[in-house]
Amino acid sequence: MRKQTKNNLITFIGTAVVFFGLAALSQAGQLNNKINGMLVLIGIYVILAVSLNLTVGVLGELSLGHAGFWCIGAYVSGTVSLILQNSPNVAVPDWLRFTAALIAGGIAAAVFGVLIGIPVLRLRGDYLAIVTLGFGEIMKSLANNIYLVMDNNGLHFGFTQAPELAENSEGAKELLRGPIGMSAPQDTNIWIVTVVLLICLAVLMMFIDSKSGRACMAVRDNYIAAQSVGINVTKFRLMAFTISAAIAGIAGGLYSHSISLLAAKTFDYNKSILILVFVVLGGLGSLRGSIIATIILYALPELFREVGQYRMLIYAIVLIGMMIFNNAPFFIQLRERIGASAPVQRIKGMFKRDKKTAGGAE
Amino acid sequence: MMSFVSYLVNGLSLGSIYALIALGYTMVYGIAKMLNFAHGDIIMVGGYAAFITMATSWCPLWLSMLITVAVCTVLGVVIEKVAYKPLRGAPPLAVLITAIGVSYLLQNIALLTQTANPRTFTSVAAGAPPFMLAFEGKAPLFFTNAADSPYGDLKPVLTISMETFLAIVVSVVIMIALTLFINKTKAGKAMLACSEDKGAAQLMGINVNGTITLTFAIGSALAAVAAVLMCSTYPQITPYTGSMPGIKAFVAAVFGGIGSIPGAMIGGVLLGVIELLSKAYISSQLSDAIVFLVLIIVLVVRPTGIMGKKMNEKV
Amino acid sequence: MNEQNTAPILEVRELSIQFGGLRAVDGLNMRVKKGQLYGLIGPNGAGKTTVFNMLTGVYKPTSGGIFLDGVSITGKSPVEINKSGIARTFQNIRLFKAMSVLDNVKVGMQNQTKYTTIEGILRLPRYFKEEKQMTEKAIELLKVFELDGEQAALAANLPYGKQRKLEIARALATNPKLLLLDEPAAGMNPNETAELMETIRFVREKFDMTILLIEHDMKLVVGICEELTVLNFGQELAQGETSAVLNDPKVITAYLGD
Repeated sequence: MRKQTKNNLITFIGTAVVFFGLAALSQAGQLNNKINGMLVLIGIYVILAVSLNLTVGVLGELSLGHAGFWCIGAYVSGTVSLILQNSPNVAVPDWLRFTAALIAGGIAAAVFGVLIGIPVLRLRGDYLAIVTLGFGEIMKSLANNIYLVMDNNGLHFGFTQAPELAENSEGAKELLRGPIGMSAPQDTNIWIVTVVLLICLAVLMMFIDSKSGRACMAVRDNYIAAQSVGINVTKFRLMAFTISAAIAGIAGGLYSHSISLLAAKTFDYNKSILILVFVVLGGLGSLRGSIIATIILYALPELFREVGQYRMLIYAIVLIGMMIFNNAPFFIQLRERIGASAPVQRIKGMFKRDKKTAGGAE
Repeated sequence: MMSFVSYLVNGLSLGSIYALIALGYTMVYGIAKMLNFAHGDIIMVGGYAAFITMATSWCPLWLSMLITVAVCTVLGVVIEKVAYKPLRGAPPLAVLITAIGVSYLLQNIALLTQTANPRTFTSVAAGAPPFMLAFEGKAPLFFTNAADSPYGDLKPVLTISMETFLAIVVSVVIMIALTLFINKTKAGKAMLACSEDKGAAQLMGINVNGTITLTFAIGSALAAVAAVLMCSTYPQITPYTGSMPGIKAFVAAVFGGIGSIPGAMIGGVLLGVIELLSKAYISSQLSDAIVFLVLIIVLVVRPTGIMGKKMNEKV
Repeated sequence: MNEQNTAPILEVRELSIQFGGLRAVDGLNMRVKKGQLYGLIGPNGAGKTTVFNMLTGVYKPTSGGIFLDGVSITGKSPVEINKSGIARTFQNIRLFKAMSVLDNVKVGMQNQTKYTTIEGILRLPRYFKEEKQMTEKAIELLKVFELDGEQAALAANLPYGKQRKLEIARALATNPKLLLLDEPAAGMNPNETAELMETIRFVREKFDMTILLIEHDMKLVVGICEELTVLNFGQELAQGETSAVLNDPKVITAYLGD
């Protein structure tokens, strides 16, 4: 068996065992409330991290706007669910409604991925980073100002203020309430999250281990050389960016169906940065690393909530320390001298920013 | 019409504060090629330093300002030495994540020592009367106190608070001084040389490490000034006070072309004006979204910002 | 080699490019015949790599035309030009460093595969069939360059000489009609250069390839090039058979000074 196939299988089976195991323990009542409450969120963050790894690790573009796609997915799928649920003439079973909502969330995020990707992927490096950050903040602001009311006359849409209803309005239901947010049906549970996570993981693995994934990595490593062997750089950048967005959108769907009140302010740039930290510490391009890093980094501070106020302080210090220890030229040389390996995969040279390339050109 | 002028003046004031912060971002980027995500949190630390010293009885205002600038400057230099210097030569993403770590660290130290409760900042210009403008027929009249109005019943059409005025004046003075410093002094030219090519600068005998430290020191001192001006205008301070202005200033720096000093000034001022005008005429909830939208449009049209240099990779 | 086949595979007519006020290449004419080993030489800064960059679409020429097999490829994008049959290597090696040696070559081959991204994600039969073919062909190609032993290694970890060879292998993987080599012997010791000359000759025979190369190493130029164009300050200084060109007093002056 090829090494990459084997690696992928180990990651996939390991993830399945861990998450199905936790789900079974949770169902059997073997976990305390705190862990139970965390499981769904950990699963969602794992999906977000592996999908962001496609953009940052495989495609090599720094995105600080992943929460924006998460937000779109959450709002669109939550809204689809609420509309289907509240429409008197539509009778769909819950599982079908939820599936449709998740798919709608993924598609909506993908559409925005294409729309924002076409102009923005021409930019590189830090410019791309700030623009994606701005995109995420725009999505948050827009979501924060949308009002949607449903009554016997149909849907009424309001922007920055609630829509005015006609006089004969009956049975008005506020689906989206601006900054207050929305309450989608609570369909998500750890089993569903696990299944969706495994599907997303499989899609990402298959994509990366195919000619399209190789093309993305080639663009990442050297886009001029990639063009010289006939790789359409724009096409593959857009493709990876869109797949990454779509999966984040699906994670959004899971999220909006998991909490009782969803407010747009959840999706600020700090969330994008949080996910980025998971990806970077787990190792760029390594899906397994993203999964492990997310579980550890998300669960640890939550579990140590009793230790209380110092946990985030310690987290910050550990983050800085790990970055320096793993990436500082001094420590790398030291490790090479004593023959030790880095505790966490270090960031490879794919994020070099220097303008000059070795050797002159004529 | 007069309300427009009033919004414009307030926008200029906010923009000058952004410009001061953006200068710190852009100078550090130019020289260390890193996005100092913790820059906004230095503003927060400056705000608390000013808040605490001003609350004491023994500390006169001038000393309190001095202490604030000193605290931020030292903090900036310490962060550079401890967290960023070991990572020189490491991939930019590692430095970026470290800067994010530093930002978390500063926020959490503030959270532990100052709690999450917002503190009310006393303006440095507290008690100072606003500038007012009224028209008597076509003749403009300026006065600073409604009671001073030559005609008691004349309503001012334009009122500019002392804080707004101060922010503009202080920022303009600092920007002129900084421009002179960079273009006329040896240390300033060394900074320009280092941001152009560190290797060549070293070969020419420039102390690169010293220059980088100086850059961080200046950037942080500017952040301290921005902190005092900002907290005087928007008198509330929490451990997260610095992050949004920090991000906005980052946007301003990119707007103007990151690494370019005049770009940061122009970008900052433009950003402040756009933000206030959209707050006034479009929607206060959407002003941030509009700012970011303008940024995206500017970058799509000019991929390296307004004043940014075009970079072409050699093949 | 093939005397009666006079139709050139590559024809360059009055090719010029201007950067600001600088005319980096000025009115260049060149005809490379099929199966030829053609050298483009000249002092540093003469505009040789700029010519390559125009031939491969990295730069758009200001004026003039480039014809491959009689069809104009002037001003086309690098991707289109590669598809129409020109592949190249770079003066400063540009490999996909964080990818394996095998994957570097497979990236070069993927324009010859037909399976879609969806087929790849769903692992439909065509994925397996074409991936298998691609891998087999890639290993065959790596054998030519004696790189098959290192197919799993990361490209960045190869020694310098092997990186140059891998770049040639990757270019050949795109199945070109014309191969452009930009200073293939740069940084090699005499032994490696001698070996490289053998490899280039071998590639020409085995793949029936036309090769245009830029080189400073005169031993290599004399050893393998049949015809030369000498560039100086962006203009053609001399053109013709290798021995004749190298004995041209103008060329000697350009290289050695007055």
